[in-house]
Amino acid sequence: MGVLTIITFFPLVGALVLLFIPKEQKNFIRWLTAATTFIPFLLATWLIFQYDGTKIGVNDPNSFQFVERYNWINAFNIQYYVGVDGISFPMLWLTTLLSFLCIFASWNIEKSVKGYMMLFLLLETGMVGTFIALDFFLFYVFWEIMLLPMYFLIGIWGGPRRIYAAIKFFLYTLAGSVLMLLVMIVLYQNVIDPKTGKHTFDMVLMMNQANHSEWLVKSGTFWGYGIRYVLWFALFIGFAIKVPIFPFHTWLPDAHVEAPTAISVILAGILLKMGTYGLLRINYAIFPDTSNYFCQFLAILGVINILYGAFCAMAQKDLKKLVAYSSISHMGYVLLGMSSLTVAGINGGVLQMFSHGVITAMLFLLVGVVYDRAHHREIQGFGGIGAVVPIYMGMTAIAFFASLGLPGMSGFIAEVLVFLGSYQTWPVYTMIAVFGIIITAAYLLWTIQRIFFGPLNEKYKDLPEINGRELFTLIPLAAITILVGVYPHPVLNIISGSLNHLIEVVKNPLISVATYGF
Amino acid sequence: MIKWAVIVWILPLLSFFFVLIFNKKLPRGGDYFSLGTIFIGLFLSVKLFTEALLNGAQYSENWSFTWIPLGKYSIQFDLHFDIVTAVMFLVVTIVSSLVHLYSVGYMKGDPKYGRFFAYLSIFSFSMLGLVLSGSLIGLYIFWELVGLSSYLLIGFWHERHPPAEASKKAFITNRVGDVGMLLGILITFAILGDLNIHSIGEKVAAGKVSQSTLTLIGLLLFCGAVGKSAQFPLHVWLPDAMEGPTPVSALIHAATMVAAGVYLVARIFPLLTPEAGLIIAFVGGFTAFFAATIAIAQYDIKKVLAYSTVSQLGYMIMALGVGSYTAGLFHLTTHAFFKACLFLCSGSVIHAMHHSLHHIHSHADPQDMRNMGGMKKKMPITFWTMFIATIAISGVPFTSGFLSKDAILGGTLAYAMEHGGISWILVFFGFVTAGMTAFYMFRILFKTFYGEFRSGPKAEEVLHESPKTMTIPLILLAVLSFYLWFTLPNVNPFSTHGWYESYTITPEKAYEKTIIIHNQSNINLSNTFENQHQLKAKDEKQHSETFNSTHSNQQHSVHHSAHILAMISSLIVAGLGILISWLTFYKQTISSDKVKSSLGAFYQGMYNKWWIDEIYEGTVIQFTMLMTKISAWFDTYIIDGIVNGTAAITRVFSDGTGIFDNRIIDGLVNGLANTIGWFGKSIRKIQTGNIQRYLLSSSVVLGVVLLIIVVRTIFY
Repeated sequence: MGVLTIITFFPLVGALVLLFIPKEQKNFIRWLTAATTFIPFLLATWLIFQYDGTKIGVNDPNSFQFVERYNWINAFNIQYYVGVDGISFPMLWLTTLLSFLCIFASWNIEKSVKGYMMLFLLLETGMVGTFIALDFFLFYVFWEIMLLPMYFLIGIWGGPRRIYAAIKFFLYTLAGSVLMLLVMIVLYQNVIDPKTGKHTFDMVLMMNQANHSEWLVKSGTFWGYGIRYVLWFALFIGFAIKVPIFPFHTWLPDAHVEAPTAISVILAGILLKMGTYGLLRINYAIFPDTSNYFCQFLAILGVINILYGAFCAMAQKDLKKLVAYSSISHMGYVLLGMSSLTVAGINGGVLQMFSHGVITAMLFLLVGVVYDRAHHREIQGFGGIGAVVPIYMGMTAIAFFASLGLPGMSGFIAEVLVFLGSYQTWPVYTMIAVFGIIITAAYLLWTIQRIFFGPLNEKYKDLPEINGRELFTLIPLAAITILVGVYPHPVLNIISGSLNHLIEVVKNPLISVATYGF
Repeated sequence: MIKWAVIVWILPLLSFFFVLIFNKKLPRGGDYFSLGTIFIGLFLSVKLFTEALLNGAQYSENWSFTWIPLGKYSIQFDLHFDIVTAVMFLVVTIVSSLVHLYSVGYMKGDPKYGRFFAYLSIFSFSMLGLVLSGSLIGLYIFWELVGLSSYLLIGFWHERHPPAEASKKAFITNRVGDVGMLLGILITFAILGDLNIHSIGEKVAAGKVSQSTLTLIGLLLFCGAVGKSAQFPLHVWLPDAMEGPTPVSALIHAATMVAAGVYLVARIFPLLTPEAGLIIAFVGGFTAFFAATIAIAQYDIKKVLAYSTVSQLGYMIMALGVGSYTAGLFHLTTHAFFKACLFLCSGSVIHAMHHSLHHIHSHADPQDMRNMGGMKKKMPITFWTMFIATIAISGVPFTSGFLSKDAILGGTLAYAMEHGGISWILVFFGFVTAGMTAFYMFRILFKTFYGEFRSGPKAEEVLHESPKTMTIPLILLAVLSFYLWFTLPNVNPFSTHGWYESYTITPEKAYEKTIIIHNQSNINLSNTFENQHQLKAKDEKQHSETFNSTHSNQQHSVHHSAHILAMISSLIVAGLGILISWLTFYKQTISSDKVKSSLGAFYQGMYNKWWIDEIYEGTVIQFTMLMTKISAWFDTYIIDGIVNGTAAITRVFSDGTGIFDNRIIDGLVNGLANTIGWFGKSIRKIQTGNIQRYLLSSSVVLGVVLLIIVVRTIFY
């Protein structure tokens, strides 16, 4: 049993252990969960030092790292096949970190702590599994495993409209999963393992177009459209819902507003990235030709996400909704970067996935802090509280400035790289997208002003300052943002090899779109 | 040597973190850390400066390291140190350390005293980083960081609405300019794959960029300067920035940060084409004139100074636009000292006014000149230092301002003589602004220090000179407004010749080198556009060679005569400005009320700052707010409407299926109907939010799919 397996299933084991602990032992349950999430984090951190940045992974089965491979369901050649490369490894590490910190952000949960923690641990297993799975079937299973705890965590521990939000989230994501499932089956039927001659779910084999059947490469059509376009598009919608890409995004603000703080953190910090991760891992690598064909489309959607998300964020009255829309806006940078197929663009895009995961986690934690005290999130309902809670204001300022791309923070490097790269491919779209940085600055600074500046709202003259536990969740994230913003080598050295290879794959696909009309 | 520069640069960063975190626990808020680091910086900067001078005008040192590794290539972080950097280091550390010292007195008793010094430190760090940067991306980084420090310091007293509003406005307005600058960087990177300013220059000289693209890049980068140096039409944030504490206004919004735009233009000077230069000159010239008209009609002492800063920055930009590189930088340097002095003097006046008005429990505005007057007797040091700085900015001989302004006016005049046509408008802007500057600066002096004190005798009694920590910086800055510091070893007060002029050598324009290179590389000519360009370039080259000897002599004499003419004219114009000011505000033989009413709408325009803020409020801001409203509406009603509508339709449909299943099919086929009826019901129940049903249905889907797989596998 390898490290990745331990990282993945340790939380699940922890959840099973929790079963036997009486539910009255709330603090014990909390500490035990914290310990359970700490072990995967430690292991993932240890893996950073074991990771070899020169091994590229992507579509080369020999250069994935920490690979484990066992037959699982022999009848269908389903394997337990896991491993990481530069695309997945930073997200894996971030998942373990955020899961650990989120336990402390969930400390205030009083309603059936045991159930909450068990579901949370199950969620972690699903998330980690999704990032490391290299077998499509396994990927799908982990993907679905995430849904269940997420649904309950929003639906039971959420705010007043939690049922609506949870159903919306669930149905939307399920719709995406169904499409993914269909594509998976079609791929299974049309990809042959050259060694055994059997059908396979092995994603790395699927990435070699030589293994694709004649039908999949040439003759297949669906309602008159070439099958590769249809499959690409079906996958794309599945992932677009998760990112979320305009116009599939409206579940996100609802889910965020109703979800408890820690769940919002996980949702924005990790789950959204699975959309872009899926696009890179599956759409880009399995259908490089089609991705190449559609990347302009992705770029346009990226620009829409950036600007539309920013405008919507500016209109929000609820602080959490504002942060949710800002996530939509920031995920647009990821799309724009990866659509450019340039070294700077794609590295910037994936760095943005990591960076936004950290920054948005801070933002949601901060919203949680003020909500716990004031019991509302109306931006207009505060005013001048900076005088009462200076440390909280300082932390918020760090997070907000990181979010608006201040140099010295990770968001800046990610955004500048995205723009540098995307301008080379899409000058006009980039020129439009750049205006997003003004609107972002406008809504974030306006929010700071409305909440912290001006004369103190007398209602909050006794607002308690941020406490040690909350700072414990925020300071590591702030430190990572600044560290990566000043010295991005640790992240970029991990991701750049794989990504530079991936863009070569997409730019020079084995089969050309020209053989196949749209 | 650059290592020492890096130490000067990093020290304030350390003090920022230290003071920010521990200021509550330290006596005096830890101000001595900030003061200590900046004074060490000052000491080292003097050392660096003298060493740089000893190394000669061509001296430069670079240091670069990999900052963003991308596998295939990487983006470097470049530091560049040369004479201009050394001068800027000296200017920044001198003004910054004096402002630190001044703040000890000025900010005394403020509840956030320690944090103020932390912010000053982060500013010093960012500003020094900006001047030390050798690449466009480095400039952009510190560009944003000085913006952050400016935001923090303008909004330092954010408990009140106006500073909070002003700080946001400053940051966002600057971002508008930054977008242009960023686009310039993106284009440069896309074409050249390089961001190091020096190697960009080399690549441009090698002809890798067409002249029109180069113009575009130059103008886009200049957009950044328009924002940071408060040039029209992005000048609106600077007057509002006066909501910050006065030492901040002196340091950031007068002497150093706002000059960063000028510094940027100086750094990219080799890249500027004649077309770009002309537009830049016009922006600068117009700003100088436009801001001066507003400055005349303001009553808030800091607002007058703020518009005067905008106006003087316009001068510098104009100088660089017309190619007077040395003059632009020279004015940047001299202006930093006398304008910092003016602001600190105004701070001293406001400080005194504040105490007096507080004493009589008056809520009158301590910054309004209509409440001042006759303060000369009570505040002699403030008066005399302010007097010296005022004559410096007005361009009176024996001051540094006289020399630097004359250099700009002379350069502009020479440019107009050479180019003719519309460039004479620049000359008009230059001289009229010089007159107006003298006029409104003496207006401050007369209104504040002469005549009767207008807030009553009780308040006058308690007026007093500011403490030593405040007056010493004033005296030192006033001394630095003397011409001699900038012309040594030359002592002629009417000549700019001296170390400054001989050490800041105008860099060669990169595109001019292109012409020569194209000419030398005699490539076979075809009818492509590129080659036509080369042909044209060749012609120009031959032309210039023919006239080379005579032309340069002519040029020299044009410059010489222009300078003498400019000097005489500027003396006359400044004298006139002072005279009219004296007649109006001291002698009062000219009634300012009559002048106001005779100017009519023009005066209203000046007084209301030409309604620029109102125009922006009505257009840009309204448009943005409209866009946000449309987006939010579209999101809630259209997109989410479709989503919820789809759900509702599905629900109705599943209800229908349920009924169909129960009533009709049930009636027809009893046995089968039971099963299907259950299925229908369960679909209906999907809409009740019962999770088990979802899981059931999704597992049913999964099951069916697996079944298909099994069947297909068996058949194959």
